[in-house]
Amino acid sequence: MSLGTTITNKSKDEINLTKVKKSRLKKILQNWQLYIFILPALLYFIIFHYVPMYGIQIAFKDYVPSLGFLGSEWVGLKHFERFFNSYYFWDLLKNTLGISIYELVVGFPLPIILALLLNEVKDGLYKRTVQTVTYAPHFISVVVISGMIIAFLSPTTGIINHIIQFFGFEPISFMTDPKWFKTVYVLSGVWQSTGWGTIIYLAALSGVDPQQHEAAIVDGASRFQRIMYINIPTLVPTMVILLIMNLGNIMALGFEKILLLQNPLNLEASDVIATFVYQAGLLDAQYSFAAAVGLFNAIINAILLIAVNQIARKTSETSLW
Amino acid sequence: MDSNLYEAKADKVFKFFVYLCLTIALIVVLYPLIYIISASISNPTYVNSGKMWLLPKDITFEGYRLIFGNDSIWRGYLMTVVYTGLGTLINLLVTIPAAYALSRKDFYGRGLFTALFVLTMFFTGGLIPTYLVVRDLGLIDTIWAMVLPNAAAVWNIVIARVFFQSTIPKGLEEAATIDGASNFKLFFKIILPLSAPIIAVMALFYGVGHWNGYFNALIYISDRDLFPLQLVLREILVLQDMSSNNTTMTGEAAQLIHSNQQLAAIIKYGVMIVSSLPVIIVYPFLQKYFVKGVMIGSLKG
Repeated sequence: MSLGTTITNKSKDEINLTKVKKSRLKKILQNWQLYIFILPALLYFIIFHYVPMYGIQIAFKDYVPSLGFLGSEWVGLKHFERFFNSYYFWDLLKNTLGISIYELVVGFPLPIILALLLNEVKDGLYKRTVQTVTYAPHFISVVVISGMIIAFLSPTTGIINHIIQFFGFEPISFMTDPKWFKTVYVLSGVWQSTGWGTIIYLAALSGVDPQQHEAAIVDGASRFQRIMYINIPTLVPTMVILLIMNLGNIMALGFEKILLLQNPLNLEASDVIATFVYQAGLLDAQYSFAAAVGLFNAIINAILLIAVNQIARKTSETSLW
Repeated sequence: MDSNLYEAKADKVFKFFVYLCLTIALIVVLYPLIYIISASISNPTYVNSGKMWLLPKDITFEGYRLIFGNDSIWRGYLMTVVYTGLGTLINLLVTIPAAYALSRKDFYGRGLFTALFVLTMFFTGGLIPTYLVVRDLGLIDTIWAMVLPNAAAVWNIVIARVFFQSTIPKGLEEAATIDGASNFKLFFKIILPLSAPIIAVMALFYGVGHWNGYFNALIYISDRDLFPLQLVLREILVLQDMSSNNTTMTGEAAQLIHSNQQLAAIIKYGVMIVSSLPVIIVYPFLQKYFVKGVMIGSLKG
């Protein structure tokens, strides 16, 4: 009796299983055209993202173009050792971190402040004017921005130095003095992206319940107090997320602008890991060595991202994952 | 009564402070932009000596005349138009169908595909392996190097997927399937006509990226005939300045840069405007749609 039931149960399970398999197969077959829709994207990501990931192995090999990724000979950590022991290792690390941290300290709070100020303006036209103007630099190409920086800061013909001289000071050769490089890089970035950076904070601020403000007004809170105790706490989750993403990107410095502003005289301050990878790998064709340096950078980045996210999860409610 | 008056006064001071800060921000951002416009139509002598600082002085269109008479700028402009047009077309052909497929709940494997795509946002092969792949494919110094290595962006696929999920009525697909319409028919006859807004947004997103991008060209293109505008600009705006510090450059490059150097003094401000013109024209749309894109991104992120 009991044997009979188990048998029927078993066969039922089998039938169910085949049913599931059949319905899955049916689903796939029925929607086969959707796989054609996704095929171009899939091919793109495999060819231009996953094959290069597979190619990272050349960091541990002596890459010879004719032998390809697979055929080249393994050399272990040779390239990493060479990089760590090189005289420029600490300079590159110092410049990369220095520029990133400077950028974060100056560039992170400004969009928050600007968003809080914009949020206080009730005059629609003035607010829209400020937004339209401050968003605009976001769309200027990095080549044009670099051209502007070089033209404005020229010691002989640049407007900034004319202004400096107008006030009776000596002109400064910003682009050739390594001392100034970080400041020029960071402040031009602030000029370009502060306005754009407010969007995400303004979106968060528009979610504040007006009743909270009304209640605070009844309680006699000033506008400044309402910003401190209502608006800023609203922004904290957004700030935490952006801070994690920024800290996780600290080694992945946007180096397109650095490459454009770099010249032999400011190299001492402007040579960062990413520009070094470009120089060693693409200009000097030391593919394996440059790939190793790039991989080192990516690993540090991943560790930072995970660590910062972990800290955020422990200390606050918000985290990336 | 007194305290009320005091508070009103404090709020007034506060309001004044807010407007003051915003006006300073406005001027700081606006001034360089106005300066470029004025400088582009002023006599370069006044510009370079600092006598022109806000409004154009001794108006001349010599700079623009030289820009429009310059072959390499024209050539760069043409190539950039080609890269932007072709590149954006490829972007749309890859992004829109993929995003639609991923938006379908009955698409078996959507989780896997999404994970596969999103993973590339966090892990990449890096500059060198990517370059080697592009080179091994024989794309160096071809138009394809400018449009294939960035044929899609994960972020844009995500945004387009959100669009399809939130705007295409749920019953539509079932109704179409019951009527015996294939997915192809459904997509081309019904979904695409409803997708004009997202196609426009994606075209703008990708288009501006192609127009402003220079890095792909820098690493993949060395044939001058294929230079996009941004690389030509780099020679005029950036390299001419560096060459004055760099005496090691010799031969053709140095000569080229020297002749560019003299030209650059006259045309540099005008060229900034001419090269940004298409972006300036679409800016009102950009502002509106990009803001929406950032919003969707923040919802998802």
